[in-house]
Amino acid sequence: MNNKAMGQSLGYRIFAIIILILLAVFFFFPLYWIITGSFKDAITINARQPQWFPLAPTLDNYVKLFKQPAIQWLINTIIMAVGAMALTCLTASLAGYALAKKRFYGKKVLFTLLVCAMALPKQVIVIPLLQEMSVLNLNNSLLAVILPTVGWPFGVFLMKQFSETIPTELMEAARVDGAGELRTFFSVILPIIKPGIGALAIFTFVNSWNDYFLQLIMLQEKAVFTISLGIARLQGEVSSDFGLIMAGAAVAAIPIVVVFLAFQKYFTQGITMGAVKG
Amino acid sequence: MAQKSAQRSAPARVKAEKRSEFSGMSRALVRRETISAYLFLLPSLIFFVGFVLVPMGICLVYSFLKMGIAGVDGFAGFDNYIRMFQDKVFIKGFWNTVLIVVVSVPAVTAFSLWVGSAIYPMRAGLRSFFRCVFYMPVVTGTVAVTVVWKWMFSPYNGLINQITGNIGFDWLGNSKTAIWCIILILFTTTIGQPIVLYVAALGNVDQSLVEAAQVDGATKLQVFWKIKWPQIMPTTLYVLVITTINSFQCFALIQLLTRGGPNYATSTIMYYIFDMAYNYQDFGYANAMGVVLAIVIAIFSALQFKLAKTDD
Repeated sequence: MNNKAMGQSLGYRIFAIIILILLAVFFFFPLYWIITGSFKDAITINARQPQWFPLAPTLDNYVKLFKQPAIQWLINTIIMAVGAMALTCLTASLAGYALAKKRFYGKKVLFTLLVCAMALPKQVIVIPLLQEMSVLNLNNSLLAVILPTVGWPFGVFLMKQFSETIPTELMEAARVDGAGELRTFFSVILPIIKPGIGALAIFTFVNSWNDYFLQLIMLQEKAVFTISLGIARLQGEVSSDFGLIMAGAAVAAIPIVVVFLAFQKYFTQGITMGAVKG
Repeated sequence: MAQKSAQRSAPARVKAEKRSEFSGMSRALVRRETISAYLFLLPSLIFFVGFVLVPMGICLVYSFLKMGIAGVDGFAGFDNYIRMFQDKVFIKGFWNTVLIVVVSVPAVTAFSLWVGSAIYPMRAGLRSFFRCVFYMPVVTGTVAVTVVWKWMFSPYNGLINQITGNIGFDWLGNSKTAIWCIILILFTTTIGQPIVLYVAALGNVDQSLVEAAQVDGATKLQVFWKIKWPQIMPTTLYVLVITTINSFQCFALIQLLTRGGPNYATSTIMYYIFDMAYNYQDFGYANAMGVVLAIVIAIFSALQFKLAKTDD
């Protein structure tokens, strides 16, 4: 409040608001164009004049899209994202708690190793991962995408940050009451770090849904395609049928946008918690 | 490299810390805690070692091997590394990558800082509205965003030519404009996270200092540069590093829009690595480029830390 009252000159504030609104339109526009484009017929799409809103909406593009195994692609994507999310949350909350609250040999070394690995480019290890997966015979399986996502140390790092806030007395009280390690974790610690797990869950879900490079390298058969790969393939095959491609893009984008808007608060928390280096 | 030095200094450090870190604990207790800590860490470590450390090792080992479609074909020494310096396509890709990084990192950082400080004093609802809008291209997903841009850039039925009256101009097929289109799209898909970070960082700035300066008659700009800027420095560093890493890894846009063309005008190191591994099955060379890319990113990140640290 105070800030605002003391704030910049009125002229600057009006300028800033106008620029912000223009930018907001610019940033939102691609999504708008995907959705409206998916309801336009071929003639409208290929016209020399843009039609800002579909005046004669049609479902043809969606009918064509679902003749492709688009439902299967969507199911694959959901299995992949939920699988990666569940496994990441489970392993990272256990590990993050140990790193934050336990005193043990090798803790510093381990933590340094995790942070260093995180600073390395993730995409570089995808090519060697492909070779590893073919040795493990996991090529063309959703596991080939899920397992590396779980291995990425960001989740552990985030949960460590979150677990720092657990009061040590609470753990001691549980120990005095005779609760074992696991019991302490599940009935005392878990309720406290729940918001952190929420943040990690939504973060992992969105990122894994959109991790095109990893999916592209690991999944080559149409039957195991994710929705992103499906659209990319469509784009390669029917590069001028933008109506159909927009329908595919809409089917890929809308579920994840809805999830994001519903859990936006947790998501923002995840981003900021992960950034505060400990 | 950083890992190695951490390991070397580790025993000495652990010994020095044993006294302070484990104070008030009996030997048996420390041992028990260590065992239980590793049990908690075990599931996570299996994934980390198996699918992060092992591939890093594979990357390094393969970079010294000669490989073809049939598989390993002998030891290559540093051949794969030397080959890079003689490979015109690699060098072209290297400069394109540098161009993308040099343009997009300062642009994204400055722009997100401006947007962050413009929306931070707003009412909570408005602030999260703007934050959401700027995050939208990230959430929509690279592929969906890329295909809609491809349509907007297309010569005859694309929106951009229709608005500007440039019908027929092929933005993505022209070796001068293609890379700028990619930089623009990359910009819209990387700006979201830095804005969220800056809004949070500005919220943590010590308000008593700001007020004290205002009482002393500091101008708005002075308050920003003398008080807020040093306090949000860690965030700026983090933003610089993640944006650098993201720009170096720019791949999906290129693969979907131009396939590195026309005439390698938009080929980047990451795209070339993919091309070598995926289309030519030359894993030795691809992994050697991967090692080099990792080293270059590490150097860039370290440099940014150095520069930003001497700044304040």
